[in-house]
Amino acid sequence: MARSSALRPSAPRSFDRANVVGSLAKHALLIFGAAVAAFPFYWMITTSFKEFGEAAKSPPLLWPTSWHPENWVEAWQYPHTLWANAFANTIFIATLTTVGELTTSVLAGYAFARMRFRGRSILFALLLATLFIPTEATIIPNFVLMSRRYLGWYDTYTAQIVPFLVSVFSIFLLRQFFLAVPQELHDAARIDGAGHLRFLWSVGLPLVRPALVTVSLLTFLNSWNAFLWPLIITSRPEIRPIQVMLVQFTTEGGSRYHLLMAGAAFVILPTLVIYLIAQRYFIEGVARTGIRG
Amino acid sequence: MAAEVIPTNIRVATRRRRIFLEHLEAYLFLAPALILIGLFHVLPGISAFVMSLTRWGVIYERWAWLENYAAILDPSGARFGEFVNALGVTLWYVLLTVPVEMVIALIVAFALYQGTRWRGAYRVVYFMPYITSVVAAATIFEWMFDANFGFLNYVLGLVGIGSQAWLREPRGIFQMIGSAFGAGVPDSLAGPSLSLVAVSIFTIWHFIGFQTVIFLAGLTNISRELYEAARIDGAGERQILRRITLPLLSPTLFFVGIIATVGAMRSFSQIYVLTNGGPLDTTRTVPLLIFHTFFERTAVNGIGLGAAMSFIFVLIIIAITLFQFRVLGRRVFYG
Repeated sequence: MARSSALRPSAPRSFDRANVVGSLAKHALLIFGAAVAAFPFYWMITTSFKEFGEAAKSPPLLWPTSWHPENWVEAWQYPHTLWANAFANTIFIATLTTVGELTTSVLAGYAFARMRFRGRSILFALLLATLFIPTEATIIPNFVLMSRRYLGWYDTYTAQIVPFLVSVFSIFLLRQFFLAVPQELHDAARIDGAGHLRFLWSVGLPLVRPALVTVSLLTFLNSWNAFLWPLIITSRPEIRPIQVMLVQFTTEGGSRYHLLMAGAAFVILPTLVIYLIAQRYFIEGVARTGIRG
Repeated sequence: MAAEVIPTNIRVATRRRRIFLEHLEAYLFLAPALILIGLFHVLPGISAFVMSLTRWGVIYERWAWLENYAAILDPSGARFGEFVNALGVTLWYVLLTVPVEMVIALIVAFALYQGTRWRGAYRVVYFMPYITSVVAAATIFEWMFDANFGFLNYVLGLVGIGSQAWLREPRGIFQMIGSAFGAGVPDSLAGPSLSLVAVSIFTIWHFIGFQTVIFLAGLTNISRELYEAARIDGAGERQILRRITLPLLSPTLFFVGIIATVGAMRSFSQIYVLTNGGPLDTTRTVPLLIFHTFFERTAVNGIGLGAAMSFIFVLIIIAITLFQFRVLGRRVFYG
């Protein structure tokens, strides 16, 4: 932390008046920005506990005069909504997607980093090139591909899971980590008679654990937040995920905002908790790969 | 002699066998990922173009060659007007979001980089919107933008500005500002609608954290020794910013600029939830138009037209990205 204070000019710059003003302005700015970033969450939670009349009150109340947890129950049991079902669906879909994507990415990332075979660099370049195929162009053909004429996956869980069992970003990230595993470890394991799978399982994976955590968290989050694809590829409410359920709920709930905010909280809070626990992995993962969802 | 030949043959054979097995193993490792990418990315990418050449609604009707493209690109074509409108909305949306996001994120990243006691805590808070579901967060903003009881109208009231319809307001902002000062602004200069501005406010809120984190990573990568050397040589703060920080940060700025532009052009969920393209199509960007064409009008050639629109749109995105590479890329400094 002591960043070479010896090299700093000896004048105590921190007592500079301009510096103090600058520092105050900086903190004011940062606090204001943080307040703007966090306010919608605050507003969601407080509105969700207000009485209907109080939620739609002008001027708005920053703090509820009385708390109504029963709003959450009412939102959860709102007619024509299947929250419990939607949650089960999303957890099921996100878990399978995460496990599957992790598996394919570990295998491919390891192969690109550690195995020797013909066409390795060409295949890797082609893989990166597929990043330039945009979703806008592929979503309609994918929809057609799911139809009864081809795969017959329309309105199934399969359609919500299988296309997402691969991610070029994850392969890329894991390859970088596997490249950093020292070659000596690999040679030693080979001399001891361990094959690739054995080496990967007992030496490689423990060494790249941070990458595994990052990839899992980001995949799970993306799957949890998925909206457009499930919206168009499903029609039965029983198999739809929470994001689609929330939109249906907002349409049905109209302007009963205290209930809508409870619904939004259902969807946001689980990921927010995971994020606050593991924020380092989320932030580092994004900073490292530059994924923009 | 002969006794040696046989072992060599065997050695060659086992070596071949080993190489074969090595390759087989490697391809087996790659197979799941490559098959999935081929099936759900490469194949659809190619077939998108083929579909754009057909008349295809609920079912495939017939080969249509360039009919769809003509309908979209020919000024007298049936879809020309809505496509050009969507394109204009998309460009306004990019202009309203990307520069603002980048400037704010840069300022925040600088402030955090200079070191404050709670840098970690700030980073967590600023990044929070980015990890929340677009759909749920947009629901909150819909409530804050509410014309009658929304929080934003309350804030406007505090500074003496009347209530706005926000997401339901189709009038252009230049026209609204003009009429507030009693000046008539012609329709052609009306500017983006207030509803598009409202959608942009949401987008900026949602993506600031992403850009801040990337900028912060870029700043942290600049060697401290360079700053110290410059200070010893008597460089002022402004000089350091202009001669060291900005040039060394320029690859990051460039990267974020491109990613943000492409991301903004492709936005769908937040617009779908907040306005679904309305009012009066003033927030209908191209992805929304493609969705409407494809989904709500499937009965009439929706797949053929939608595929053609997405293909044209992809070409436009590529053209804009190449333009950014040519114009801005030249000013990027790579160590």
